[in-house]
Parts: sequence; C-alpha cells; structure tokens
Amino acid sequence: MADVSLAAVTKRFGDTVAVDDLSLDIADGAFMTLLGPTGAGKTTALRLVAGLEKPDGGRIVIGRRDVTSLPPAARDVAFVFQQYSLYPHLSVFDNLAFPLRAPARRLPENEIKARVSEVAALLRIDSKLGNRATKLSGGEMQRVAIGRALVRRPAIYLMDEPLSSLDAKLRADLRLELKRIQAELGATLLYVTHDQVEAMTMATTIGVIDAGRIVQIGSPREIYERPASLYVAARLGQPSINIVPRHLLPDIPAPSGAETIGARAETLRVQRNSGEGARGRVTWIEHLGDQNHLHIELDRHELVALVNPDADFAVGDQVGVGFVNPLFFDRNGVRLVR
Amino acid sequence: MSATTAHSIVEASPRAKTVAGAIVILYALITILPLLWICATAFKSQSDAISYPPKLLFTPTLEGFVDLFTVQTRQPPDFIAKLPPAKSWYEKLARERGMVIAGPSPVVGRFVNSLIVGFGSTILATLLGTLAAYGFSRFRVPLADDLLFFILSTRMMPPIAVAVPIYLMYRWLNLYDTQIGLILLYSAVNVSLAVWLLKGFIDEIPREYEEAALVDGYTRLQAFRKVVLPQAATGIAATAIFCLIFSWNEYAFALLLTSANAQTMPPFIPFIIGEGGQNWPAVAAATTLFLTPIVFVTILLRKHLLRGITFGAVRR
Ligand SMILES: Nc1ncnc2c1ncn2[C@@H]1O[C@H](COP(=O)(O)OP(=O)(O)OP(=O)(O)O)[C@@H](O)[C@H]1O
Ligand SMILES: [Mg+2]
Repeated sequence: MADVSLAAVTKRFGDTVAVDDLSLDIADGAFMTLLGPTGAGKTTALRLVAGLEKPDGGRIVIGRRDVTSLPPAARDVAFVFQQYSLYPHLSVFDNLAFPLRAPARRLPENEIKARVSEVAALLRIDSKLGNRATKLSGGEMQRVAIGRALVRRPAIYLMDEPLSSLDAKLRADLRLELKRIQAELGATLLYVTHDQVEAMTMATTIGVIDAGRIVQIGSPREIYERPASLYVAARLGQPSINIVPRHLLPDIPAPSGAETIGARAETLRVQRNSGEGARGRVTWIEHLGDQNHLHIELDRHELVALVNPDADFAVGDQVGVGFVNPLFFDRNGVRLVR
Repeated sequence: MSATTAHSIVEASPRAKTVAGAIVILYALITILPLLWICATAFKSQSDAISYPPKLLFTPTLEGFVDLFTVQTRQPPDFIAKLPPAKSWYEKLARERGMVIAGPSPVVGRFVNSLIVGFGSTILATLLGTLAAYGFSRFRVPLADDLLFFILSTRMMPPIAVAVPIYLMYRWLNLYDTQIGLILLYSAVNVSLAVWLLKGFIDEIPREYEEAALVDGYTRLQAFRKVVLPQAATGIAATAIFCLIFSWNEYAFALLLTSANAQTMPPFIPFIIGEGGQNWPAVAAATTLFLTPIVFVTILLRKHLLRGITFGAVRR
C-alpha cells in the first residue's frame, strides 16, 4: 500500500474535457471515494491512475514513484471495472487466479491456490469456485470481480462502481463487507460511485466531482454538514436538501449576500397550530415505516420534512416550520459562513 | 410464465415445432440427395451407373475406386490369360474387365496438394485476418475506414477478371504450378473476408477484458492470447470454415495456374472420366473422397459454426 497523488491531471477526448485539472491526495490506507453524476469523469479518473489512458497534462505519483508515463502493468494497481469484469471462458477459480498467473508474477500454483481460497472465503464464494463465471448470480459475479482485485496486494485498489448493478439489499451487505475488508487489509482504495449512500457509509474521504472538476474534498461529515456549494449540498442527503429563496424567510438571521437558504429535511421543526416559524400547509405524507416524509407547501415552494411517524399530521393541516442551523448560499451557489 | 399459446414469442407451440421440423428435414433431404447419389454411384459398376431407369438396388463394387487410384490399359483376353496370376484383389477386379494395371494414378498427389493448399491457405488467411482484425478493432489505425474498404473492395471484382495478369505474374515469379503459389493466391482472396468477419467478432469482445489483463501485469500480446483468442474462438472457427470451403472448391485458378506438379482435386476430377466418357463410378469415387475432409471439418466445428454464422451477433 502507498500514498497516491494526482497533480493537476487533465484528460480530453476531442472537445470533451473528461477530467479537468484534477488534484487528489490519497493517503496510505485511506478509503477515498469520488462521488459524481454520470459523465462527471469518474471512470476516466480511475483509468488515468491505472494507466489505461494517457493524461494530456499533470502528473500521477504512486508511492513516491512518478508513474505518469508507465504502462498499466508497471504501476502496481488493481482495477475493478464497472462492467465486464469476469472472463466468461474461465471458471470462478481461474478468474480469481488470473491476476496471480500473470507471467510477470510467476507465483507457484500452491500459493495461488492458497490466496484464491483465502479471498473466496472472505467474500463467501468458496462454494462457487468450480462454476463457470457466466453461471453466477449478479451478486456473486460482483463478488468475484472484487475478489479478482483482492487476490493481489497492490499499491492501490481502483474500483469503478462495483456495486451499481446489484439490488438494494445486496448492495448494503457488500458495502459493509467491503468496508470491513478494507479496514482489515489496511488497503488504500480509490472508489468511484454516483451513489451518495455508498460514499457516505464507506469513505474516509469523499471527493465530489462534477464535469471533470473536484468541487469539494472532505470527510463524509464535513461534506454533508458544511457543503462548499449548493451543488454539493444537493448531491448528498435523502430526501435532498430543501432550497428556499432567502426573501421567503425574512425572519431568519442570515449573512449578507445570502440569496438561497438550504435546510435538510431532518433540521426542519414542524408544529401544528403554531405561530412560530414560517407558515405552510401539508400537501402530502409519505409513510416510510420508521419515519414519515411530510411535504409542505410554503408560498408555492415545496419542502420535505422528516417527522416522527407518531406525529399525526393530516393533509391540509396548517403548520409552522422552524429552521435549525440552515445553510446560506450566495447568488453563485457558494456557501456563506456566518 | 406459461409459454404455450400459439402466438407466444417465448417458445413455439408444439405444432409449430413439428411443422418447422418437417420443413427442415425435407430441405435436408433435398440437399443431401445429390450427395448420397454420388456416394452410391462411387460403388456401382460402370453399367449400373448409366443404366436407365437408375438402379436403387445394386451389387456394390470397388471398381470405381480401383479405376481412380490406378492407371490401366485395355488388353486382349488371350494376353491377360498368359499373365501370371493376379497378385491382389484390385488387379483381379481390373482383369475381369479386360484391363491391366500399369501403375498408380496421380490422384493421391492431387489429393495431398488439395490438403496442403486448402489447409495452408486457410491457416494463413485466418492467422493474418485475426491479427489485422485485432489491430483494426483495438488501435487507432490511420485511415482505418479507407483501408477496410480497400480490403473489402478486393472482393468486388470477379477474381477471374485478373486471371491473365496473375498467370503472367506467376510465370515470371516462378510461382506457376507450385503449392505455395496457390496458397498465396487463396490467402489473398480469403484474407479480406477473414478481416471483415473477425473484426465483427473482436469488436464484440469488450476492451475491459484486455485492460483488466494489462492492469494485472500481462503484456498486450499475452492478453491477446489469454483473453481475446479464447473468446474469439467461435468467430475464428467460422471464418476458417468459410476460407477452407473457398480454397478447397476453387476451380478456375487451380486449372489455370497448375499442371503436373501442384494440381489440386477440382481441375483433376473432370479428367478421370476417361477417353470414352463412361467412367462415372471413378468420378463419383473421386468426388466422394474430395468431399470427406470438408464434411469432417464441418462436423467437428459445427457448434462454433452455428453460433458463428450469426456474424458477430451477441453470443452470451
Ligand atoms: N473513450 C472516450 N472517448 C470519448 N469520450 C469519452 C471517452 N471516455 C469518456 N468520454 C467522455 O468523458 C466524459 C466522462 O466520462 P466517464 O466515463 O469518465 O464518466 P463517469 O463519471 O464514469 O460516468 P458514469 O457514472 O456514467 O460511469 C463523458 O462526457 C464521456 O462522454
Ligand atoms: Mg463510469
């Protein structure tokens, strides 16, 4: 394992700038997640680190070694691809053994066997080792794909949305497992996703990326509580952050220049028949079991508030909405600090 | 979900299956009948072969094969009677018809030529085609589209249109009547087909497979061998069969460019008929022999062929 850093890396495809002046420092043992929407340049960033793309500018350093012009094999990285990660013509065992059998590595067959069994046990696919790679469920395939990386001990693991094709339950399970394995191995990981829950739950550091540029880097808590911009605030949180023009809430003390107020659903205090806060009307209630989402119309703006399921609100109720520690953004969407 | 309704797109109804099966069997019979006819004729005597109405039941004989594999001369009966007794069954068979075996015929040499030229050009064209198709599929080749079109355009002119220049060229290059000459010519014709077919197949193989191998420490060539080749096997097998069928059956250039030395079976077979134009069993025997290898290879590769015939359609 090693520190990895990208310094002002740029990659263009014709007129598209896929990765734009990207700088990242990934500490040894860190779980760094790149979070961004589709087309943000996440895959391209990973491919640049792996050496599958040549940057148009900038440098890539892995473990104090400048690898910018080295071929993929010389970089000591492992890659889990977004798709097509298993060889359909090989068995599960041979798929897992494939990286270890590289002529450059020349491991003895009994050691290969030991490592494959170890990883298979870790990912609970030991019973499937004899299967053809095509005769697996989606979840098992994904485990094998991750296993193909884990059999090696590279400087860094690069993972491109490895859980994206799974159902919610399996994704939640694998998320936990992956995090546990990473902590156990002390592995350095660069993990790409467009799923904010994955980023929030697994990462030690999140880099929010949009249109090839890093918008903010920080711990999951920092990014969630102190987003640098309206864009970052809107990317994280489920339901997504409520955005209200400042002039609708004149009573709230705000820094000068504040144009927009952002409030997360769980920070709204909703009270029936209350004179306090902004006046609104309940238009819709979503029952999620553990909590309710209350949709409130506030001067033609819809807010979503998180409320206890016991609180018996009804559609049409007039309510008062209080804002606890809201966020303020200027006209360009940059967050203002009080 | 139940899939038994007549208009289901999931699975054909039993009746539709029966009808489809009957049509296929009928078609197969119609196609196979001439081949069976030829095989039967190979085991007929000359008079049975030309009898009218044709005989479906006959006493099988190896006369046709004996005639095919030997050169014979017709001798008067008293001459044959004075000869020492026949040493072998085929000698006896010839003498019964007033013939004496003078020596082996050139058929074995022709057949070996066919094998060498057919398989040699197939291997060469498929090998070159695979490498070229991989290059076109994976690397940025300058003027790739134009080059691909050029490769295809070599197939647009009927090959026989260039027969005379090629004949002159081959004389000048001392390739006339050589196996290597025919191999080169057939490979040149086949390689365009091979490149186009195989490019389709290789395009279908996601690049990520090779890239994963590259990241895992394999070189480009090792990744090609370990990852691309096994997955392109179906396409390669289908391409090889197409190439083999072409070069195995090719007649015009073989007639033009070969004679005593490198002649293949197609131009040779018509000469077997003999002066009287009567020896159909020998011709049929030659044809049967000629068909065998290709039938054998087709059966061997039929699984690949069936899937490969969809020309690179997704096969997963
Ligand atoms: N090989 C390529 N040639 C041309 N353009 C490309 C290529 N690869 C990526 N791009 C472009 O670069 C941009 C970033 O693509 P990239 O694949 O990195 O996005 P991503 O963040 O991984 O998206 P997703 O979440 O959908 O996987 C996109 O606009 C894409 O169209
Ligand atoms: Mg991607």
